[in-house]
Amino acid sequence: MLSDSEKNLRIIGTQIHYYFICKTKLWLFSHHIQMEQESDLVSLGKLLHEKSYKEEKEYTIDNLISIDFIKKQGCLELHEVKKSRKMKKSHEYQLLYYMYYLKQKKGIENIKGVINYPKIRKKITIDLDESKEKELMDVIADIGNILDMDTPKPQRMKICRKCAYFEFCWV
Amino acid sequence: MKKNYYLMSDGMLKRRENTVYFVNKDGKKPIPINKIYSIYAYGSLTFSSQAIHLLAKEGIPVHFFNYYGYYDGSFYPREKLLSGDLIINQAEHYLDHEKRIFIAKKFVEGAAKNMEKVLKYYHLENQISTILPELDGCNIITEVMNVEGRIRADYYRKMNEILPENFNFDKRVKRPPENMINALISFGNSMVYSTVLSEIYNTQLNPTISYLHEPSERRFSLALDLSEIFKPILVDRLIFYLVNKRMLSEDDFEKDLNYCLLNDRGRKIFIKEYDERLKKTIKHRELNRKVSYKRLIRLESYKLIKHLLGSKEYKPFVMWW
Repeated sequence: MLSDSEKNLRIIGTQIHYYFICKTKLWLFSHHIQMEQESDLVSLGKLLHEKSYKEEKEYTIDNLISIDFIKKQGCLELHEVKKSRKMKKSHEYQLLYYMYYLKQKKGIENIKGVINYPKIRKKITIDLDESKEKELMDVIADIGNILDMDTPKPQRMKICRKCAYFEFCWV
Repeated sequence: MKKNYYLMSDGMLKRRENTVYFVNKDGKKPIPINKIYSIYAYGSLTFSSQAIHLLAKEGIPVHFFNYYGYYDGSFYPREKLLSGDLIINQAEHYLDHEKRIFIAKKFVEGAAKNMEKVLKYYHLENQISTILPELDGCNIITEVMNVEGRIRADYYRKMNEILPENFNFDKRVKRPPENMINALISFGNSMVYSTVLSEIYNTQLNPTISYLHEPSERRFSLALDLSEIFKPILVDRLIFYLVNKRMLSEDDFEKDLNYCLLNDRGRKIFIKEYDERLKKTIKHRELNRKVSYKRLIRLESYKLIKHLLGSKEYKPFVMWW
C-alpha cells in the first residue's frame, strides 16, 4: 500500500502542466485518453527538443519525471526546453514540481531550475521556496480530486483551437 | 497528410531501412512510412516480417481482401492507445442491458436516418420514418435488429427507382452476391468496415466490444456497429453516382451462373471514387471547421467514447444536407 503522500507523488510533469492549462485535458490525459500523438504542435515541440541542446542528455527518474537536461554548477541545475512563453505559469510549475520531487524523494537540496526558450534565446531561472512548495502540495491534492471525479465539462477558451483534444471536446 | 494505399496488383511488401517498398512486376515503388494511414491489399500480397515490424511500430493496419474482393481480415498492430478506464466502461455498457440497448438503438437510428436522407435526395417516398418509432418499444436486441431489417428492406426496394433498369435487383443477397448491385453493396460495405476499423484503431476504443452486433459475430464487431451509420453515406450514394453517371457498366463485372462480382477494372474505378469521397470535406456544424468524411468516422468514435465515459450522451451522425 502506498501512503497518501506517496500516492500523491505518482504524478508526472505533464499532469502538472495540464493542470494549469485545462482540467478536461488533465482528466482525459490521466485516464489514458491521449491525443498528443496526432498533434502537430507536440511533434514540433519534440523536434525543437531534438534540435536544440543536442549534446545534452535527457533524464527520466522513477518513470515519472523527465528532465530535458541537467547541469552541475555548484548546485544541481534542472533544464527544461520550451517553445514559447505563452504558457509560462504551467511551465514554471512543471519544473517546480521536478525540483520538489527530487527534494522529497531523493533528498536533494540546493536545486535550481532553468527554463530555456531557444527560439527567442531567453532563459528564466526559478527557485523553489516555501510558499511555492505549499502551493505545489495544494495543486497535487487538487489533481487527485479532479481525477477521482467524472470528466470535467470542457470550457471554451482561446487555446482550444490549437489543442489536440479540440475535436474530442467539441464534437 | 497520411493516406490510404490501395494495392491492386499482386506483389510484395519489403522493407529497406525505414522505407516500405511495394514490388510487383512493374518494378519497385517506395511508400514513405509516415505517409501511410492504412494499406488495403486486393491482389495477392507477400510481405517480409521486417516490413510488418515497421508497420507495427508505426501503427499501420493492413486490410486483406481475397480474389473476389471479400474482406479476409486485417493485420491489426499491437494496440498503442489503451485506456483501462475506457475498456471497463465499454464492457459495462455491454453487460448492462439497458445501457447496451440504448447504444444499439442509436446505431439503428443513425443508419435509418441516413438511408432516409439518401432517398430524400432522389425525392422518393418511403416508410422509414413510420417504421423507425417502433424502436421505442423494443426491449431486446433481436427486436431492434428486426426493425432495422424492415427499414432496410423498404430502403432496398426503393433503390431500384434510382437505378437504371439493367441494374435493378430483387433483394439483398450476400455470399455470393447474385447481381451487380449486390456485388457493389458487398464490395463497398467491406471497404467501409475496414475504414471504420482503421479509425477505431487510432482511438482507445476496443474494437471487439460491440452493442448492436454480438461481440462474437466478427472479431472486430464494433466496426460493424459503426459501419451501419456510414454505409448509406459512403457506399450507397457512391453506387448511384457510379451507375447513373455510367462510370460503371456491365463490362465491369464478372458473371457466372450463381454469382456476380466486380472485375479488376470495376474495382479500380470503385476504389478510386471511394477514396475521393473519404477525402472530401464538409464544414462541420459543431466544430465550425472543415472535416473529411473519413474524419467523421473518427469523430463518431470520439462521441462514443464520451458517451461511455459519461460526459455526453451519444447522438448518431446524420447527414444535415
